[in-house]
Amino acid sequence: MKKTSLFTKMAAYLFLIVVCIASVYPFYWMFVGSTLTDSDIFQFPPKLLPSGEFMNNLTGLAASAPVWKGLGNSLLITIVFTIATLYLCAIAGYAFAKFEFKGKNVMFVVVLLTMMLPAQVTLIPLFKMVIGLGWQNQPQAVILPALANAFGVFFMRQNMMSIPTEMIEAARIDGSGEISIFHKIILPTTLPPLAALGILSFIQQWGNYLWPLIILQERESTTLPVLLSMLVAPGQVVHYGQVLAGTVISIVPVIILFLLLQKYFIAGIYGGSVKG
Amino acid sequence: MGHPHLSTGGAEVEATTTVSKKELATTRRKKGWNQKTLAPYLFLSPFFIVFLIFMVYPIIESLYLSFTSTQGTSSEWIGLENFKNILTDGLFWKSLSNVFIILLVQVPLMLILGTLLAVILNSKFLKAKALFRLMIFLPVLIDLVTYSIVFSIIFHEQYGIMNYLLGVLHIDPIQWFSDPFWSKVLIIIAVTWRWTGYNTIILLAGLSAVDDSLYESAEVDGASKFTQFFKITIPMLKPILLFCGILSTIGTIQLFTEPSLLTNGGPNNATNTPVMYLYQFGFQSFQFGYASAAAYIITIIVGIISFFQIKLSKGGEI
Repeated sequence: MKKTSLFTKMAAYLFLIVVCIASVYPFYWMFVGSTLTDSDIFQFPPKLLPSGEFMNNLTGLAASAPVWKGLGNSLLITIVFTIATLYLCAIAGYAFAKFEFKGKNVMFVVVLLTMMLPAQVTLIPLFKMVIGLGWQNQPQAVILPALANAFGVFFMRQNMMSIPTEMIEAARIDGSGEISIFHKIILPTTLPPLAALGILSFIQQWGNYLWPLIILQERESTTLPVLLSMLVAPGQVVHYGQVLAGTVISIVPVIILFLLLQKYFIAGIYGGSVKG
Repeated sequence: MGHPHLSTGGAEVEATTTVSKKELATTRRKKGWNQKTLAPYLFLSPFFIVFLIFMVYPIIESLYLSFTSTQGTSSEWIGLENFKNILTDGLFWKSLSNVFIILLVQVPLMLILGTLLAVILNSKFLKAKALFRLMIFLPVLIDLVTYSIVFSIIFHEQYGIMNYLLGVLHIDPIQWFSDPFWSKVLIIIAVTWRWTGYNTIILLAGLSAVDDSLYESAEVDGASKFTQFFKITIPMLKPILLFCGILSTIGTIQLFTEPSLLTNGGPNNATNTPVMYLYQFGFQSFQFGYASAAAYIITIIVGIISFFQIKLSKGGEI
C-alpha cells in the first residue's frame, strides 16, 4: 500500500488537535471557573489556572439553592427511568425481533411513526394529564411519560435481530418457558446493546430540560439542570462561581458512568460490524 | 427503513426451504403453541400500556385540542382558527426562519467536520486513537443546561475568552449576545460543539464496516486518496450521512434549551425558535389549543423535511 504522505499526516494531526482543544476546553474552563471567585471569573484577560475557591463556591451554592436535593432528584429520576426503560425496551424489542404474531407490522409501524414525531406534540396533553393526576412536582411525572421510549424499542429490536433463532429453539426443546428464555438467554446475550442504550438513556434523561422545567417547578422537587438554569435566569444577580461548581457536580455522574461503560458503549454503536 | 425488505427476504427463504424442514418447524411450533403465541403479546404489553397512555393518546388529544380555543379550562371548537392565526403571526415565521438559517449552516458544517474526523480517526497511521476519540466524544456527555451556562461565560462580550483570543488576533470583540447575526452564529457554534462528536462516532462505526479490500483494489488501480475519499468513502457512508442529517435537522428545528439559556431568544427574536414560541403560548399563557396547533405545524414541517431528505437521496437504507 502507498504510504500516507508526511504532509497529510501532519495536517490530520493538526486538525485533530485543534478540534480536541475546542472540544475539551469548555470542560476545562468549567472546572477552572468553579474554583474562582466571581470577580476572578470576569477578569480581563481571563484566568486560565484553577484557584482554591471550589469548596467556598459549593457551600455558597448549597446555602442559596437546594443543590443536594436537586442532585438526589436527578439521580432518582434518571436511575429509575433507565432501569425501567431498559427492561421494557428489551422485552418489547425481543417480541418484535424474534416472534411472528398478528398485528406485528401495524404495531411496529406505529412505534416507528411516533419515533419520528417531535416530542412537543405530546407536551400539552401530558401536562393536562399530569396536572389532573396531581403528579406535579413528583418524580413519576417525568419518569412514566419517558418510558414510552419508541427509539429504545427500535434500538433493541435491531440489535436482537441477529440473535440466532436456533438458540431460542434449542431452549424451547429443552422445555424452557418463554419468560425464562428471555431472562436467562436473551438478556445475558444482549448486554452490550443494553449497556449502550442504558448510557444513552441515562445521558438523555439526565439532561432532560423542557419537560422537568414545565412539570417540576418547585425548587425542592426539580432536577439539578433545571435548578441551575433557575440560578442563571435573567433579572437576578448570578453567582457564576457557585453555578459553575453546580455544573461540575451535575456532570460527575455522567462521566463516571461513561468511563465505566465506555467499552460497551462504543461496541453497542458499532453493532456487529467491529473488525478485530 | 428497509425492514420490510428483511421480512420479505425471510419469507422468500422460507418459501424455498425443503418440505421436510417446513414440517419440522410446524411440529416444533405445535409443541409450544399456546405459550409461543401468547408470549409476544405478553412481552409487548408493559411497553404498549405506557406507550398508549403517554404517547398515542396525547398525540390524538393534541390534534383535537389544536382545533379548539382551549385556554385553561374553557374550551370551544373553532376549526382552523388557531392554524390561521399562527400562520399569519410574524413571530412564528421569524422563529421558523431562524431555525432554518441555523440548520442550513449547522447541519452541513457538522456533517463535514464529523466525516473528516471519522476518516482521520479511522486511518491506520494515527496514534493514540482511543484518547482522541474520547476527547472528541466528550461534549456528548454534558447536559444542555450546563454547556449553555459554560458557553455564556466563554462568549461573554466583555470578559469571555473568545473575545480575548480575537483581541490577541487584533479582531474587534464580537457582540455574541446583542447582535442578531452573531447570536445565530453563537447558537451554531454551540450546537456544533455539542453534537459533532456524536455524529463522528456514528460515522466512524460506518467507516469501520467498509471493507478494506475496496481501498486496496483502488490503490492497485492507482486512485489517489482524494479520489478514494469521494468514490468509496462518501458513497459507503451515504446512508449513515443521511441518517445523521435527518436526525440533526429534526433536532435543530426543535431547538429550545440553547437559545433559551444562551440568548433568551434575543436579541429582538433573532434566536427565537418554534419550540420557544410553543412554550410561551402553552406554558406561560396556557393557551393549550393554540400551542397544540403550533406543535402540529412543527410536526408537519419536520415530516415534510424528512420526507424530502429521504426522497432526494433516493431512499438510502437507514
